[in-house]
Amino acid sequence: MQKLRRIWQSDLAWNFRNTPVAVVSALIVLVLGLAVIFAPLIAPHDPFDPTTLNLMNGFSEPMQPNPFTGEVFLLGTDDQGRDVFSTILYGMRISLMVGLLSVAFAMVLGIILGLIAGYVGGWTETIIMRIADVQLTFPSILVAMLIFGIVKGITPVEYRDQMAIWVLILAIGLGEWVQFARVVRGATLVEKNREYVQAARLIGRSKWIIMIRHLLPNVLSPVLVIATISLALAIIAEATLSFLGVGAPPTQPSLGTLIRIGQSFLFSGEWWILLFPALTLLTLALSVNMLGDWLRDALNPKLR
Amino acid sequence: MNAIVSVNDLTRVFDVSKPWLNRVLERLPKSNLTAVSEVSFNIEENTVYSLVGESGSGKSTIGKMVVGLLGNSAGDVEVSGVNLARESNAETIAKARDTIQMIFQDPYASMNPRWRVKDIICEPVAAKGGETVGLAEGLLEQVGLSAEDASKFPHEFSGGQRQRICIARALASRPRLIVCDEPTSALDVSVQAQVLNLMSDLKDDLGLTYLFISHDLTVVRHISDRIGVLYLGRLVEEASPDDLFEAPKHPYTQMLIAAAPKMDGFGREVEPPKGEIPDPINPPSGCAFHPRCPAATTLCAQFRPQMRTISGSRVACHHAG
Repeated sequence: MQKLRRIWQSDLAWNFRNTPVAVVSALIVLVLGLAVIFAPLIAPHDPFDPTTLNLMNGFSEPMQPNPFTGEVFLLGTDDQGRDVFSTILYGMRISLMVGLLSVAFAMVLGIILGLIAGYVGGWTETIIMRIADVQLTFPSILVAMLIFGIVKGITPVEYRDQMAIWVLILAIGLGEWVQFARVVRGATLVEKNREYVQAARLIGRSKWIIMIRHLLPNVLSPVLVIATISLALAIIAEATLSFLGVGAPPTQPSLGTLIRIGQSFLFSGEWWILLFPALTLLTLALSVNMLGDWLRDALNPKLR
Repeated sequence: MNAIVSVNDLTRVFDVSKPWLNRVLERLPKSNLTAVSEVSFNIEENTVYSLVGESGSGKSTIGKMVVGLLGNSAGDVEVSGVNLARESNAETIAKARDTIQMIFQDPYASMNPRWRVKDIICEPVAAKGGETVGLAEGLLEQVGLSAEDASKFPHEFSGGQRQRICIARALASRPRLIVCDEPTSALDVSVQAQVLNLMSDLKDDLGLTYLFISHDLTVVRHISDRIGVLYLGRLVEEASPDDLFEAPKHPYTQMLIAAAPKMDGFGREVEPPKGEIPDPINPPSGCAFHPRCPAATTLCAQFRPQMRTISGSRVACHHAG
């Protein structure tokens, strides 16, 4: 309880309360997050259960009674009679899960490699940072597609759909670790020459203990900022891959898959199948990004 | 009296060459910086040995080699009879290292800002798996802080208090030798005296030995039993404080002492030291001090003077004595 109060009274919390953009973004992220967690309770029906679908409900307009069955759908239905609102809730689940897990993967990989490169130096550093530089010259979406393609090629056909989500996480994660590694290496280079690190070396602490217990806590605050901004990028990357048809399979549609499906009906007048998933993606990515921007400014002492 | 630290012909050369590609393209030779050159001295048990010199004279480099943070290029450092650079038995090295601790210059950088004071102080003991219950609290009271400070973070303290915490950390593993790398130069003058008094009290109570590195002659005179003066990585004179201040034998020491501010000489015109410390990548031939020395002769430009013992002082000068 006291800890909570101390967090509430901290500089960062004060800054947060006085930045309306940050509060609104955080509220949106919170609402979307809760919607994702409680999707099975909120969604009017399970879009993945074919027995609950009625093809007669196909192409219902939002808030209009279906001419055949008379049912009303909040955001309309798609060609197979699936409720768009429910598919968005479940799709956002996959989008957010892929986003969070791939950022976590990229973060762990980037922090480990960045710490090693910064602290050990020498050839180890050269090898790690050159790989990072080479990877930066390719667009990360291209790297992700390449990894996705390779892994898809070597997994057996029957596992492909199950594996697709994990491959997606791996592919996006491997595309984003460079950012983390570069920032962590930079911070490590600054910290490793400070005297507390020498004090730890003096008493014979090993490289790993110095890296994990001394350096890691002191290089984490920039990582937090990049993680938030990367989350928005990862969600968009996942949507892009799914939109291109190489991401989440149609059996587990993410927001990107929904947009891909929706865009084929756009010119026949069924605008809602595209518009609502696209708006959700926009809101989600935008609020996460705004939150990241605020965090970057709030943690930068030069901008106070 | 036996020597706890004995340093023999200690030399450290840093490679300051440009990257090899630039060297190949611009046809540059490799360049080396000799930070410490053939320095020898002994420190007796339970005494304070001070190294003084201008910035760039190699005093911190010697300190780091003594504690084992830096390797040496040539010569030997022996601490409690163990040669840290040559010894191959890891257990002997670990045991010898336990007897050495260091106090750093910048009290704002020498403690991990994310750790509590308790953990900072106990780290040297905890790293070896030792018992740490009540250790930090006891040490904090010993250095003049209160036991409640143990659960605070370093940013809650002032510079002088932080330096006290650093002293507590240095004492935690019960060392015999503490290397103090300009421990007071980042502090206010009033706080400097408190910290120095604390350090000399602790020395007497715990039987410690200090290697004290400083650029401040007045501080050094106050606490030392023996003072070594460094110039461009070379030991030029070593004497007891009284001998050094009353009858300096090396022209460089004479110049330093003449330039130091004195309480009784208020209003006097101070003759500033002439010239600047030369480039250590291309040191002068012979005696490194000869371009600035008022007594220099052609002998000084040709031969490097050997250390000679003259009435209790050791001096490296052709003309001393």
